[in-house]
Amino acid sequence: MTQESTRPLAPAVAASEDTRTSPARRRRGKVGQETTNWPVMIILFLCSLTVLLPLYVTISMSMKTSAQAVDGNALSLPAPIDFSGFSQAWDLTNFPVAFTISVLVTIGTVVGTVLLAALASYAIVRNWEHRLFRYSFFYLLAAMFLPFPVVALPQIQLTGLVGLANPVGVTILHIMFQLSFSILLFTAFLRSIPLELEESARIDGATTWQTFWQLIFPLLAPMSATVAIFAFLASWNDFMMPSLIIADSSQQTIPVVQKIFQTQFSSNYNVSFASYLMAMAPAIIVYLFTQRWVMEGVTQGAVKG
Amino acid sequence: MTTPITPVSATAGSLVVEAERGQGDHIVGAHTRSGKPKVDPVYYLFLLPTLILFTLFITLPALLGIFYSFTNFIGFGDWQLVGLTNYIAVFSDPAILSSYGFTFGFALVTVILVNVIAFLLAVALTSRIRLKAPLRAIFVIPMVISGIVIAFVFKYLFSNSLPALGSATGIGWLQESILANENLAWLAIVIVSAWQSIPGALLIYIAGLLSIPGEVYEAADIDGASAWVRLRSVTLPLVAGYVVINVILGFKNYLNVYDIIVGLTDGGPGTATRSIAMTIFTGFTGGDYAYQMANATLFFIIAVLISILQLRLTRGKAALS
Repeated sequence: MTQESTRPLAPAVAASEDTRTSPARRRRGKVGQETTNWPVMIILFLCSLTVLLPLYVTISMSMKTSAQAVDGNALSLPAPIDFSGFSQAWDLTNFPVAFTISVLVTIGTVVGTVLLAALASYAIVRNWEHRLFRYSFFYLLAAMFLPFPVVALPQIQLTGLVGLANPVGVTILHIMFQLSFSILLFTAFLRSIPLELEESARIDGATTWQTFWQLIFPLLAPMSATVAIFAFLASWNDFMMPSLIIADSSQQTIPVVQKIFQTQFSSNYNVSFASYLMAMAPAIIVYLFTQRWVMEGVTQGAVKG
Repeated sequence: MTTPITPVSATAGSLVVEAERGQGDHIVGAHTRSGKPKVDPVYYLFLLPTLILFTLFITLPALLGIFYSFTNFIGFGDWQLVGLTNYIAVFSDPAILSSYGFTFGFALVTVILVNVIAFLLAVALTSRIRLKAPLRAIFVIPMVISGIVIAFVFKYLFSNSLPALGSATGIGWLQESILANENLAWLAIVIVSAWQSIPGALLIYIAGLLSIPGEVYEAADIDGASAWVRLRSVTLPLVAGYVVINVILGFKNYLNVYDIIVGLTDGGPGTATRSIAMTIFTGFTGGDYAYQMANATLFFIIAVLISILQLRLTRGKAALS
């Protein structure tokens, strides 16, 4: 990994960087020999501790016995290693239920966002000369200016009225708040797809429906990945919306469950940290496998948005 | 809700032009004969579900909320129109004014802290170092962790570990949890918010730094520029557009701060760290529905003004590049 990232033809993560000429590389090319900036590396290692320490504390605390966890020494290694915090947290917070609800809300948000945004964007871009579609674009984009707290009160009221004060309501609202940004990304991408490609499919007799599903949607895959990652992170980690919208606390998502049981964890820190770790782990695991798309997605999102 | 649409259509003018240009290219190839080709009905099927859901779940609540802000509705039961009474009361409510003061102060400090650190980290991560990919991967982790969960982790560190450290080393001010200190609790919220939002800004700065052509640095080298001069006179001006994006996007996000506060202080001690979002939400439990909707509407106007500023500034940047 080390040498890869400094070699010109490195794959994966370093690839994007190598296609653009990095300033360091140019200068190095001249000298022919590269030197590592060790002081900078040492500073970076120290800085990375600020990220790693809270994670280390979370992991080590979760594996301590209750007795060791209250001694206030957060940095000590667990001795002996004790996993009972996990089983207690699992039972206390009814983890399987909260986890299932969180997973369903997140999957619903990701699938709903990608599908609705991709379909709407395709219709908008291909019918731009028609007023309805053009104005719809600006209308849907307007939500980017609307923070959730502004509409929270009427949304709580209305979801309550129509029987959506539950995870389904949260899923719909999560999708709604992802739409603007996702449509912006999809329309930008769709405009870069040459129309000729589609026309050849049409000449072969494909309908709009078929063209979209068989040609356009697969072409959108990289942008769908970006949209999906944003939707995943926003939905999985959200506390504000489920805590306000979901009326029944036994149907709450994982982040809200951490808050609900905060008082019951009391000073059983091993139990609370085991619970935090179980809440964090899925997103971190997904991130480790999708690093490259996460990083590219954020960059693309910023440039396009 | 006409307010949000106007600025978008006005400022997204460049987008329209761009899109129409793109469309024009295609017309040459395809539909030259007729001015406007007929819309395939399937396209309505593609667009309408989104439009309908969006209208029901975003536009309708927004309009309803703004309407209620002119009434004395308490969340249920009867109500009457009361004109601007709520708005006038909001301006003289110390609880609301202090939440604006706290939230804007917090957003300002956090945005500065995040951007300085993220920029320096981005410079370091794009310099001649080894282990680039793993280091970058580590620095991005905080972005994927739930705000309230990491706030609980930090709450333990602030209220248990730091005081323990303070006692051990004899540093007086550390011995008491900063979360319990009215004057310092906001600092804890800044730290955790910064911890969580540095990765996003960092990735954008890395993209900005990698977009600078190497020739620029060669020229600076030939002129004998020192590292500091190179950073200040070459790098910074060239990533100015990215700074603008980060500052405004960040500021807008920090104004909504909620999750991290709930995890760390829950608005306390007293109401020292109560944010705008938190005061608005009290409208639901406190019977102040209409009153807090006036507050929310004002908050919305501020958010729109900041967005207009953002579009103005970023459009300027697009024109540069």
